[in-house]
Amino acid sequence: MAKTKLAKSPWMLHYDGSSCNGCDIEVLACTTPRYDIERFGIINTGDPFQADILLITGGVNFQSESVIKQIYTQMPDPKVVVAVGICACTGGVFKDCYNIKGGIDTVIPVDVYVPGCAARPQAIIDGVVKALEILQQKREAYAAHRRQGKA
Amino acid sequence: MQAIGVILYLVLAPVVGALLDGIDRKVSARMQGRQGPPLLQPFYDLGKLFTKQMLAVNSVQMLLNLSYLIFLAVAGSLLFAGEDLLMSLFMLSTADMFLVMGASSDSSPFSTLGAGREMIQIMAYEPMTLLLAVGFYLATGSFQAGDIVSQPVSAVVTMPGFLLGLLFIMNIKLRKSPFDLSTSHHAHQEIVKGLTTEMAGPTLAVMSIAEYYEMTMMLGLVGLFFVNSSPVSWPLAVLACLAAFFLETLWDNASARVKWRTVLDGCWVVTLLTGGLNGLILMLVR
Ligand code: SF4
Repeated sequence: MAKTKLAKSPWMLHYDGSSCNGCDIEVLACTTPRYDIERFGIINTGDPFQADILLITGGVNFQSESVIKQIYTQMPDPKVVVAVGICACTGGVFKDCYNIKGGIDTVIPVDVYVPGCAARPQAIIDGVVKALEILQQKREAYAAHRRQGKA
Repeated sequence: MQAIGVILYLVLAPVVGALLDGIDRKVSARMQGRQGPPLLQPFYDLGKLFTKQMLAVNSVQMLLNLSYLIFLAVAGSLLFAGEDLLMSLFMLSTADMFLVMGASSDSSPFSTLGAGREMIQIMAYEPMTLLLAVGFYLATGSFQAGDIVSQPVSAVVTMPGFLLGLLFIMNIKLRKSPFDLSTSHHAHQEIVKGLTTEMAGPTLAVMSIAEYYEMTMMLGLVGLFFVNSSPVSWPLAVLACLAAFFLETLWDNASARVKWRTVLDGCWVVTLLTGGLNGLILMLVR
């Protein structure tokens, strides 16, 4: 595995857009001994200032919209967004509800979509590891950008 | 000799601290039945933090964090140069004030709360650190770390109480449960990340390096109890430091965070019972 090329220290911020909590519980299951997401160096932090990965469960409603935008802008570059569960991807079964705007990509750019209802821990970890690759690309692009800016 | 001690400390302390942190995370994971991150994870974390965007919430926070780092480096250098222990311990608490100022300089209510809690923690551990210096003076007749380590018998023989007290408050200094009120290494604290809430990227990296200096210095203090004039005592002291560190990790994993009142009362009572009593005995037999 090209593990050396992957981002080695991704810190994750989990936000619940309007999830039914099914996906949230699966996200928490990723940190348990059985799945142990920390073996990839991933820390489940609660602080957008220190996070690299924004993991969102549930669709966007009119109340969570501004919050999602805010935490996304509070995260320093480079950063990636993972939408977990079909609600976060498209709005899912709640799509046509009067209060739901739709998937996460209706407010911020999403890098990885993890389908499932609820998304299984294996799928979530798989999605996060995919996100790591994208994070690494973004990191290189960001570093190149910075070098150009300084030169 | 002094210069070598200082240079070695300045260069190696962050490396040793980060390695110990890696060991701590690995051992903690194993205690919880998990595989845990790679041993060098803290280095990866630092590397990443330095490449992140500099999201400064104001212009002074980085400066205050750098002051925190520098004061801790100087405090540790004094100890490892064999200089005045009292001075070194004073520097240690001065350094912490910079962190408190850095955290209260931003607008986040969480870091302000964290800063307040950090001050309570300072209040809790401060009596023990001061008593510690007095204890070394009573036991060896000198405040100079250099004189303390050249005694014929290790200090631990005459001042075991102080060692216990130090191990107790070291838990606060290493930011471990049950005393990790102001900020915690673990996720999901009730006040987000406490005083580091608005520290992003490089600012947080500076703060972590400072913590590594502090960690190494605290273990240096433990080592001070064991080193004596014979060279055999040095490896013994290192072993003692590692054992102390393991005990702190064990305690961290076996306990939940307590309220600030318990921290304050607990630390002061333990300080009185260990350092106070031991000091009294030392004064009487002198
Ligand atoms: S995808 Fe299913 S489990 Fe997940 S939040 Fe939506 S409804 Fe709940």
